[in-house]
Amino acid sequence: MSTVHPGLRAKRRKANLRTLGFLSPWLIGFSVFFAYPLISTVYFSFMKYDGFAPPTWVGLKNWTYVFSDYPFFWPALRNTLWLVLVMVSLRVLFGLGIGLLITKIKTGAGLFRTFFYLPYLAPPVAATMSFVFLLNPGTGPANTVLNALGLPEPGWFTDPSWSKPSLTLLALWGIGDLMVIFMAALLDVPKEQYEAAELDGAGPWHRFRFVTLPNISPIVLFAVITGVIATMQYYTEPLVAAKVASGVIGGSGQQFEPGYPDRTTLTVPQIVYNLGFQRFDTGAACVVALVLFALAMTFTAVLMRRRSGFMTAED
Amino acid sequence: MPRIRRNTAVALAATAAISLFAPACTGSTESGATDDPNAGTTLTFWHGWSAPGEVKAIEANIEAFEDAFPHIKVNVVKGITDDKLNQALRAGGSKAPDVVSSFTTDNVGRFCTTNALADLKPFLEKSKIDPVKTFLPPMAKYTEHEGRRCTVPLLGDAYGLYYNKKAFAEAGITAPPKTLSEFDKAAEKLTKTQGDSYRQLGFMPNFQGYETTFEHYASQFGVQYFDGSGKSNLASDPAATKLFTWQKSLVDKLGGYKKLEKFRTGLGDEWGPRHPFHTGQVAMQLDGEWRGKMAGDAKLGFEIGAAPFPVPDDQVADYGKGYLSGTVLGIARISKKQNAAWELVKYLSTDTGAVVSFANAIHNVPSTVEALKSPKLNNDPLYRTFVDIAQHPKSAHAPSSVNGGAFLLTAQDLGVKYEAGREKDLAGGLKKTDTQVDKDNEQAG
Repeated sequence: MSTVHPGLRAKRRKANLRTLGFLSPWLIGFSVFFAYPLISTVYFSFMKYDGFAPPTWVGLKNWTYVFSDYPFFWPALRNTLWLVLVMVSLRVLFGLGIGLLITKIKTGAGLFRTFFYLPYLAPPVAATMSFVFLLNPGTGPANTVLNALGLPEPGWFTDPSWSKPSLTLLALWGIGDLMVIFMAALLDVPKEQYEAAELDGAGPWHRFRFVTLPNISPIVLFAVITGVIATMQYYTEPLVAAKVASGVIGGSGQQFEPGYPDRTTLTVPQIVYNLGFQRFDTGAACVVALVLFALAMTFTAVLMRRRSGFMTAED
Repeated sequence: MPRIRRNTAVALAATAAISLFAPACTGSTESGATDDPNAGTTLTFWHGWSAPGEVKAIEANIEAFEDAFPHIKVNVVKGITDDKLNQALRAGGSKAPDVVSSFTTDNVGRFCTTNALADLKPFLEKSKIDPVKTFLPPMAKYTEHEGRRCTVPLLGDAYGLYYNKKAFAEAGITAPPKTLSEFDKAAEKLTKTQGDSYRQLGFMPNFQGYETTFEHYASQFGVQYFDGSGKSNLASDPAATKLFTWQKSLVDKLGGYKKLEKFRTGLGDEWGPRHPFHTGQVAMQLDGEWRGKMAGDAKLGFEIGAAPFPVPDDQVADYGKGYLSGTVLGIARISKKQNAAWELVKYLSTDTGAVVSFANAIHNVPSTVEALKSPKLNNDPLYRTFVDIAQHPKSAHAPSSVNGGAFLLTAQDLGVKYEAGREKDLAGGLKKTDTQVDKDNEQAG
């Protein structure tokens, strides 16, 4: 048994208390905004709870209902995963492409910056409504132009096979935030490295691959992770698009089933809301929230693990 | 990135993901309260009307109430949606409503089973009001769920057929159709195509074409939604099969789903002056009594008529019936002023003068038997058509359900797939719908 000098023990205790003191704001925030909601969510996922009567234990009933019987769960999950893969990839590629273009052009860069940034400033509801109007299959200008060119006219937000690509187009239209971040990162790449690469005979692709990309890889990772999390919380745009495109925008006593057309715009956050706040089924809503949490954690963990092959040692 | 930063980033990402959703999964419960109905108090009343004329009309009624009950002041909050209402009933708080109204009659089952709204039976008994004798029988029925009365009707809606008289004359149609086969012929005659679209469509049969919803059609067919044991009955009820078959055949006759849907998505807002019936783009419209006033306000360039919506050919004896719904009124169970709140609910829903003046002002159908007999009730023949539909013995509302009418949306979902040709097997689709409805009801029950 080892003995510690009493003076040293007091010193250690003091150091520990000081550490705890410094950590306490984070600990309080973590407990209130993470641990308590997480534990509550797990607890309520095993309860029948409508928000009025006290919760009662139902075991795995909510879990079975969500996975086997709730008709919206799998379509919403498939749609969310589709959006995470396609929308996030395209947003990163498009944002980087626009950023590259604007940093390279000599004249009119300001105009381009404004042109691509302005849509990002539009409130999501207004932007979505405008987009649904532009892509209205019957009266929208997009199809009028396609018709004049003799090209096929898609049903856009009203066609199950076009609804998610339409949402992706809307997301690309509001690419301004990523464009600015990429522009800042691209302008930060040391010029000497490009000069050295050029002296070594590197062409544009090799300069991008071996100079630009390693330098901006932390920003790419940031864009991917925040994009994945934001897409997992994607709620407003698909809901508004579905409501406006379906024409059911809150009539007298009319109920609206989310996901128009054919549940193709349903996302996981929408079904959390549908279950928890429209069907008063808090237990099942908690199950879906936990699935979403697990997915977000998994995606983030995988991306963070992959970072070593993606980032340089200094990052 | 050092390990500590990685862990922090993961934790932050996780926090961001869950903090948005986890609070959705907590809630609170609260019990009711007793109060002195003669004490001075202020009630908060939430309603969903938002059009200036409607807001003015309800406020006039509230002023009349405050004159009659000077010790009660009413703080009126307009334009409340059901989503806001649901949250307020759950969360409570100092600004939560005491008296609430909702346009969604399908929500009554949920309001009653969750005890979100107070049981009105003791209040009705104390005031010696028998709801079955006071209100129109179908309206008395849709405001309760399995014997628990948590709401009363505050004006009703009846659904019928509006038609463009000018278009009828041009097509040589002399009277509104009574049977669905007559209706189909009229719709075809009234349809004029233009390119790959329509110059004038006889009728928009697609589900989600404003009021052309499953339940509004179902009332004409007499669909029995549930069997004696409460199980979904659509696959076993020939009326449901007839409904979907007829609707799909009309969609096909008028140009097919795709063409109609493309036309539908380019039509004006249901609640604005550019409604396709107002603009002459659609010659017949399944709608509620309010459309007459809206069409009048829009000052159309043609005369319109109204009639009950047609019935299947083998039910011609029941011609005159229609779908009924309306606004429901209740007291928040968390309200501490329930006795005072009852005075307001009683006044708005049963005082003949208040009901008639409000019905006349917003062109809704009165919900009390006395108000329907009142000589002061609007005599406009268009409006009276809907007053008559409301009183037809076969007029009905869909049954109340514990999950806010999810079964209607599930049935309509099948309808959309069937009309679009994405579901070919109607019998199989109806069986799947029954299974889904039963599972949803079991989960909610």
